[in-house]
Amino acid sequence: MQDRRELSPTKINADLLNFTLKTPLWFWIVAFVLSSILGVAAITYIFILYYGLELLGYQNTIVWGFLITNFVFWVGISHAGVMISAILRLSQAEWRRPVTRAAEVMTVFALATAAMFPVLHTGRPWRTLYWAFPYDYARGIFPDVRSALIWDPSAIFTYLSSSAMFVYVALIPDLAVARDMTTGWKHSMYTVLAMGFHGTGRQWKLQTIAGILLSALILPVFVSVHSIVSWDFAMAILPGYHATVFPPYFVIGAVHSGVSAVATLMAILRKIFHLEDYITADHFDALGRLLIVVATGWLYFFLLDVFFGPVGEGATELAVWNLRFFTFPYSILIPIMIITGYLIPVPTWLFRKMRRNVTVMFWTSLCVNVGMWIERYYIIVPPQSFKEPFTFEWVNAYLPRFADWILVIASFALVSFGVLIFAKLFPIIPLFDIKEGQVLKQEIRIGRVRVPAVIRE
Amino acid sequence: MAVRARDSILGVFGDPDTVVGAVEGLRNAGFTGSDVKVLSDTPYPEGAFGETPERHRLYVFPFMGAICGFSVALLLTVATQLAWPMVTDGKPIIAVPPMVNIMYEGTMLGAILFTVIGIIFESRLPDFGPTPYDPRISQGYLGLLVSGPTSRIDEAARALQSAGAIEVVTTDGARARA
Repeated sequence: MQDRRELSPTKINADLLNFTLKTPLWFWIVAFVLSSILGVAAITYIFILYYGLELLGYQNTIVWGFLITNFVFWVGISHAGVMISAILRLSQAEWRRPVTRAAEVMTVFALATAAMFPVLHTGRPWRTLYWAFPYDYARGIFPDVRSALIWDPSAIFTYLSSSAMFVYVALIPDLAVARDMTTGWKHSMYTVLAMGFHGTGRQWKLQTIAGILLSALILPVFVSVHSIVSWDFAMAILPGYHATVFPPYFVIGAVHSGVSAVATLMAILRKIFHLEDYITADHFDALGRLLIVVATGWLYFFLLDVFFGPVGEGATELAVWNLRFFTFPYSILIPIMIITGYLIPVPTWLFRKMRRNVTVMFWTSLCVNVGMWIERYYIIVPPQSFKEPFTFEWVNAYLPRFADWILVIASFALVSFGVLIFAKLFPIIPLFDIKEGQVLKQEIRIGRVRVPAVIRE
Repeated sequence: MAVRARDSILGVFGDPDTVVGAVEGLRNAGFTGSDVKVLSDTPYPEGAFGETPERHRLYVFPFMGAICGFSVALLLTVATQLAWPMVTDGKPIIAVPPMVNIMYEGTMLGAILFTVIGIIFESRLPDFGPTPYDPRISQGYLGLLVSGPTSRIDEAARALQSAGAIEVVTTDGARARA
C-alpha cells in the first residue's frame, strides 16, 4: 500500500460529507428512475396478489424460480459486508478503511431485499409471516423448528439486525462530525443519532474495541447464514439439491459475488463522488488479489459438486446433471457461468496493471455477478424441472414472464436506492477511519527513497 | 440560579504536542487523570497525550447476552415443539439437532445485541448534558476537557491558556481567547 496521500481533517470532512450536505441534480434524476422502477414492481406485485402466482413463470413442479434465485443471490451479495469489513478489521488491514462502510451498508440493503423474496414468493405474504413470526397460539399455528425454512428467517433476522447495529455503532463518530457541520433539521437529526458523542479517549477506545469485537461476533453469523440458506436445498431429498458440499460451496460463492459487488460499488462511488484521493488503485489491486483466491476457491467447490453429485448418487441424480449440462435451455447456463464467473475475470486480475485499472475492475466484477446470478439459477431451477416417474402432463422448462423479470430488475433498483439514500443522509466512507489512517501514517526512509508506512500494519 | 458543586471547562488546541504539555501542566496543578479528558475527531493511540488509560467492562456484555440469547432460544424451540407435539418419522418430539440452528442464532443475536448496548453504555452515551464543546474539534482541533470543583475552574482555565489553548470554553458557552 504505497499510494497514500496527505489529507487534512478539514479536507476529509469536506470531501466525504459533500454529498451529504449538498444535493446535486443527478441525485434527483437517479432517485426518480429508481423509484419509478420500484413503482412498476409494486404495481406488478399487486397484480400478483390479486391474480395469483400464475403471473409468474412457474410450471408443473417448478415453483422455485426467479424469486428464490434472487433471494439466494442477494443473501450472497450481503456477505460482502462481513467479508470485507470484519475480516479486514480483525487482520487490521490498512486498505480496508475507505471500503468498510459501503460494504456494510450494501450488506444491510441486500439482505433486506433478499428477505423480501421468500415472502413475496409464497403469494400470500400475510399468511407466510405466521409461519415464522409471531407465534399465533390462538389458531394453533406454530413455526416448525425442525424445518430448514424456519432456520432461515432466524439466521437472516440475526444477520440483518446485527449488520444494521454494526453499521450504526461505526457511524456514531461520523454522525457527531455531521452534527457539528450542519444546521436546522439535519443538525437536530444528527444530534439525536450521535447521542452526544464528543470523541473522548474512552469513547474512541470503546469504538476501536467495538469494531474488532463486533467483527468477531458477526463472522460466525456470516458463515451460518449462507450455510443455512444452502440447507433450504440440501435438507431436501430432491436430487440435485441433496448435497453435503452445499454449505461451504454457498458460502464461498457468496463471498465471491459479495466481494465482486464491493469492487463494483467502489468503482461507482469513486466515479460519482470524485473520491480518487480515498479509493485508489491500491484498493482495487488488493480487492483483485483477494478475488483471485476467492474465485479459485469457488471454482474448486463447484467442481466438487459436479464430481460428487453424479458419483454414487444413482440414476436420478445423473438425470438432473444431464439436464443441467446437456438439455437446452439449461445447458447454456454452466458455460456462461464459468466464462463470466471465472474465465474472463481471473486471468484478467492476474495482471497488476489490470487490477489497478478501475474501469477493468468495474466490468470484470460486474461480469462475476452475472455469472453468480446464473449459478444460483442453475442450482435451483433444473432439479425441479426433472420429470419424476408417474408424472404425465409435463411442460419442459421454466419460462420467466414479465412479472419475474420486473421483480429481478426491481431488486437491483431497491438495493441501489437504499445505498443512494444512505449515502445522501450519512457519509458512505468512514471519516474517522480515514483520519485515523492519516494519524497512524509515517514516512520511513529506505535507501534513497522515502516511503509511506503505517504503525499498525 | 443554582451554583454547581463541580464544573467543566474546555481548552481548544491546534496540535497534539501542545495538548501533551497541557495535560502535564494540569497534572502538576493537582488535577487527577479522571479530571482531564482529551476530545478529538480521530482515534489517537491510547496514552498519546499522557492521559490515564480507561478501564471498562465491555467484555462482560457479550457473555451475558449470549447466555440470555441461548436461554430464550432454548425456551422458544422446546416450548414450540411441546405445544405442537407432532410426531415425524417416529422421531422424538423434542428434536435437538434442528434446535441447535435456532439456538446458535439466538445466542449470537443476544451476544451482539448486548455488545452494542455495552458499547453505548460504556461510552457513557447518550450524553446530552451541559458539557462544554467546540465544533472545531470535528475539524481536526483537539479539546482538553477539565472537570473539577467550581472553585478550581478558574485555575484550570489559566493552566489551559498558559499551555497554549487557542480558546477556552465554559459550560455556559462563554469563550475566552488566549
